[in-house]
Amino acid sequence: MSIIPTLKKDYIYKLAKQGKRIDGRGFNEYRPITIEPGIIRKAEGSARVKIGNTQVVAGVKMDVGEPYPDTPDSGVITTSAELIPLASPDFEAGPPQEDAIELARVVDRGIREAEVVKLEELCIEPGEKIWIVFIDIHVIDYDGNLFDCASLASLAALYTAIVPAEKFDLGENYPLPMRGEPPISCTAAKFNNALVFDPLLDEEEVAEARLTVATDAKGDLHAMQKGLSGGFTVDEVKKIIKGAIVNGREIRKKLQESIEKVKQNDT
Amino acid sequence: MKLIDEEGRRLDGRRFDELRKIKIEAGVLHRAEGSCYLEWGGNKVVAAVYGPREAVPRHTQDPVKAVVNARYNMAAFSVDDRKKPGPDRRSREISKVTSEALERVIITDLFPRASIDVNIEILDAEAGTRCAGLTAAAVALADAGIPMRDIPVACAAGKIGAEVVDGEVKGGYVVLDLGKDEDNYGNADLPIAIAPRTDEILLLQMDGHLTYEEFEQALDLAMKGCHIVSKLQREALLNKYRPDLEENL
Repeated sequence: MSIIPTLKKDYIYKLAKQGKRIDGRGFNEYRPITIEPGIIRKAEGSARVKIGNTQVVAGVKMDVGEPYPDTPDSGVITTSAELIPLASPDFEAGPPQEDAIELARVVDRGIREAEVVKLEELCIEPGEKIWIVFIDIHVIDYDGNLFDCASLASLAALYTAIVPAEKFDLGENYPLPMRGEPPISCTAAKFNNALVFDPLLDEEEVAEARLTVATDAKGDLHAMQKGLSGGFTVDEVKKIIKGAIVNGREIRKKLQESIEKVKQNDT
Repeated sequence: MKLIDEEGRRLDGRRFDELRKIKIEAGVLHRAEGSCYLEWGGNKVVAAVYGPREAVPRHTQDPVKAVVNARYNMAAFSVDDRKKPGPDRRSREISKVTSEALERVIITDLFPRASIDVNIEILDAEAGTRCAGLTAAAVALADAGIPMRDIPVACAAGKIGAEVVDGEVKGGYVVLDLGKDEDNYGNADLPIAIAPRTDEILLLQMDGHLTYEEFEQALDLAMKGCHIVSKLQREALLNKYRPDLEENL
C-alpha cells in the first residue's frame, strides 16, 4: 500500500464514525452516473459509463462460431476485462491478472445468471453455427467501484447492440435479442464497521471487505461476490443486499432511459 | 430433470438439509508442513501447506505481514471432459477468493515478508469443489501449525426443482450441499465460508435466481452445514494429534 492511503485511513475512519464520507456522500449514495451507449462505431454495441471519476468503456463484438457440445442450439457470451495502464499508475501491461479476471467473471455472472440475453435465439444452425457475443471491458479511469461501472457499461452495450447478420450473409441486421429488464450490480465496501456503497478508490484502499450483489427488477438475487480479506456478519450481508435492491432500482431507471434514447434516435 | 420428489427426497436420497458423505484425514503428506485429504460426496481433494517461508519473488513480500497464496488446481482427469492443465480463469478466481478467506483467519502479522502457500488439488470433482478445497486447506493449515484465529470451513446451499412458467419462476426447494445434477440443472448455488466461532462470513458467492427470502433460508442452511463440517474438521485433527496428546499426559 502506498503511503498516502495509509495516512488517509485515519481520516476516512474518523469521518465514517461521524457518518460522513470524504466526498460528502451518504453511505448508501452513489456518485453521479452518466451512461452513453453507442459511442464506438465499429462495435456491434458499446457504451461509456462514468460513475464519478471512474470511467469504463465496454464494447460488444459478434462473430459466428461453433456451439459448445453441451449447448448445441444456444449462442455463447464471453466477457473479458483489461485493466490498462492508462487507467491507473498501479495497472501494469500484460495478460489479465487476477483482479481483471475477477472483474470480468463477476460482470459476466451478473448478466448471464439473469438470462437477459436470449441465447437460444442466437443459434444459426443447431450443433454447427451460433453467434458468439464478446463483451470487452476497458477501464479508462480508475477511481473505485469498477464492478458496478463495468456491469453497467456492458449492459448498456448489450441492450443497444445490433447483430451484424449482413456481414456474414445471414440476412438483415437486427437488434440483439434481449428479454426483460436489466439486472443491476451494486457494490458496497466495509471499513471500520461502516458499510458504504459505490466506494471511492481511497475507500477501496482502506476497505476490509467488499460485496457485489446483482438484483433484478423484482428485487430477486442473481449473483453475488464477496471480495477482499475481511469478513462480514450475516446482518451486514443482509443490509447490503437490501441497499443493493434500492440502489439497483434507481440505476436501472437511468440505464433504461439511456437505452431508450438510443433506440429513439435510431428510428 | 426432476431433482426432488413430492416427499422432498433428492436424487441421491438426501433430505433438503442433509450433506453428502464427508471424510477428512489430516497430515497425509510427508514433505508438506501440513496437509489434508478430504472426500466430500464424489469430490476427492488433497491440500498441502508450505511455509511460512520467504516470499519469492521479493517484490511480492509484504514488510508487515505474510502473504497467503492459495492455489486451487483441478487435475486434468478430475472432470468428464479432460481439463487442460494449468490455471484457467475459473480456477484463478477461486484461488483469489480462497486466499482472501484464509488470510482473514491466519495471524499474518507474525510473519513479515513470508508467504504461506496453500496448494489445493482437486483429484476428482463432483460439484462443490471450492467448498471442499477450502475446508481441506483449513485442516492443512491447522496441521501445519500456522497460527489462526479460527479454523475456517465452507459449505454451499442452493435451490433446486423450480419450474419456469411464462417467465415466472414457480416453486423449488432450498437445499443444502448441491450434488452434480443439482448444480447443473438447479436454480441457484450459494457457496460460503465462515469462521465458525463467530459466524463471520469469509467467502460468499452466488449465481442463479433466489428471492430475498430464499437467500435468507439458503444462508441459514449453509451456515448450519458449515458447523457440521467444522466438527468433522476438528475430529480429523484430533484423530491425528490425540495419540501424541495421550503420550504426553
